[in-house]
Amino acid sequence: MVIEVNQITKRFDAFTALKGLSLQVRPGELVALLGPSGSGKTTLLRIIAGLEFADEGRILFDGADAGERHVGERRVGFVFQHYALFRHMTVLENVAFGLRVVPRERRLSNHDIEKRVHTLLSLVQLDQLSGRYPSQLSGGQRQRVALARALAIEPRVLLLDEPFGALDAKVRKELRRWLRRLHDEMGLTSIFVTHDQEEALELADRVVVMNHGAIEQVGTPEEVYNSPATPFVYEFLGNVNRLDCKIKDGAVGLWGSKIKAETQDGRPVPSGEVAGYAYVRPHDIEFVEGGHALAEPAIVRHVAAAGPTARIELALEGHSNLIEAELPRQRYLELGLKSGQSVMIAARAARVFPATFDGN
Amino acid sequence: MVASTAIAVPPLGEYPQPRARFRWREPSVLPGFGLTLGFTLTYLSLIVLLPLAALVLKSLELSWDQMWEAATSARALAAYRLSFGAALLAGIVNLFFGVLVAWVLVRYHFPFKRLIDGLVDLPFALPTAVAGIALATLYAPNGWVGSLLDPLGIKVAYTPSGVVIALIFIGLPFVVRTVQPVLQDLNKDVEEAAASLGAGRWQTFRRIIFPSIMPAALTGFALAFARALGEYGSVIFIAGNLPMKSEIAPLLIIIKLEQYDYAGAATIGVTMLIVSFLLLLPINILQRWTRQRAGEN
Repeated sequence: MVIEVNQITKRFDAFTALKGLSLQVRPGELVALLGPSGSGKTTLLRIIAGLEFADEGRILFDGADAGERHVGERRVGFVFQHYALFRHMTVLENVAFGLRVVPRERRLSNHDIEKRVHTLLSLVQLDQLSGRYPSQLSGGQRQRVALARALAIEPRVLLLDEPFGALDAKVRKELRRWLRRLHDEMGLTSIFVTHDQEEALELADRVVVMNHGAIEQVGTPEEVYNSPATPFVYEFLGNVNRLDCKIKDGAVGLWGSKIKAETQDGRPVPSGEVAGYAYVRPHDIEFVEGGHALAEPAIVRHVAAAGPTARIELALEGHSNLIEAELPRQRYLELGLKSGQSVMIAARAARVFPATFDGN
Repeated sequence: MVASTAIAVPPLGEYPQPRARFRWREPSVLPGFGLTLGFTLTYLSLIVLLPLAALVLKSLELSWDQMWEAATSARALAAYRLSFGAALLAGIVNLFFGVLVAWVLVRYHFPFKRLIDGLVDLPFALPTAVAGIALATLYAPNGWVGSLLDPLGIKVAYTPSGVVIALIFIGLPFVVRTVQPVLQDLNKDVEEAAASLGAGRWQTFRRIIFPSIMPAALTGFALAFARALGEYGSVIFIAGNLPMKSEIAPLLIIIKLEQYDYAGAATIGVTMLIVSFLLLLPINILQRWTRQRAGEN
């Protein structure tokens, strides 16, 4: 199903949670809403579900306005952050709930309801626990019951609010893979909210990076990671070094190479001299042999070499903050870097934004 | 305000312990198990068991035949019927309206909400005699409410209906105060989950909210009922106290005392004690059952 979010604005008293936000989700897509807390991602999810209503703008499901429709009529499967299971019902009754509240003339027979519930429970691998109460289950099991319950009503869209937030790392990883498989097998259109970038990048087809009630960037995990559109996305996704610099006539000389500055919304970079930030990913820092023109002298301050990548902290002349570089273990051994050593570094890739466009 | 909540959410991801077999001493980080248990038993013995034992002993001064006669005289039977019937009726009324009041106080925002919330406790604080006199004045045939009901042929004051009214008044806070914290703790997302699965408001209430507040409501009902059984002060002013008609059992006990028939009074007291126990026991069992069904333990 196509979900269209059209110029949605939502205010809570004086606080504006969403600022005229638009988004389109294609059928069969698994989309992640990623952002820090307070960025409006959960509010957006709840508005799509119909648990919250927008002050302005429209939500379209397959082109039809869903705005006036009550949450129960939208046929969305919603999985809550803390599962929201019915504690006085067994697992079986929890999953059957959505089927039992259907008006009598359309309701399945008891026999059919139970059959369907057992099919769903085997799908989430919990059929043997159908007689248990939620309090007798582990966190991961509860989450799967919540998912089975949401799927019971054959939703057109599956919406998940921080689905793995309350689980420990190992269970989280398992459930993540399992959810991806389920999504593909059932041909669902799904949107999930997360503040965990690793989760978003690993699981989603497309990632929507949000900040302060607006979308910073929409793209595949590769796109948002490799070519962040804004300083915020740069800083939010992955590690990055931010260097203060001066932009002169739209460009910056960084470590011997000249980099053109850009703005996040495509407006021209102010002419003359303006303050800016240069962003360099740690793995884009290269160590070059001495005497190279396109390089900058630096001093190694600290080396953390455990694991497949070595992390090296460098002090640059004229910069108070240390910058971080990452090297594959093999390359690190070849260079034989040690604390206190002088090196020459260069940037394989870097981007510059004027400071006035800083998303913070 | 009642501070404790009847429903505790188990921490996420924690497996519930299998039910332990009886152990005399629960391992605990807090010392003083022996001391506290000893104090509890002594205290309960002094405050509850000793007076009750004295009551039973006093009634034993009579022979079995005399005792039977005192306990089952026509006047006593009528008094039991009124006391238990009116208390039960008042308890049921309080159960419904108490849940309603708690619901409104928790779920809605309106001006003077705090004031109204405070009003609920008033029947606790008011001297019962004052409540009785006020109610009798209001419901008397020439009172504000009584004068409106009188032309319709409804008499409240000085009839069994008056007794029920007084008992409803004094029992109101119990259900409200037991249900209120449970409603407050009820997670909003559970209701939202029900709505997202297609349940209407009434279905959500009946299938989700009601089972959660049922144990607390039953507790409140049992408390209101027990309180109403023993109520004396407010009732005697509005009841009219006609023997066989509007005379409650506690009043009969006082009358026996005034006639220096201490053993007779004790016998009626013991009878009420036994019947109360027999009625409260199933209520407690029911409460336990609903609590288990509400997903606790």
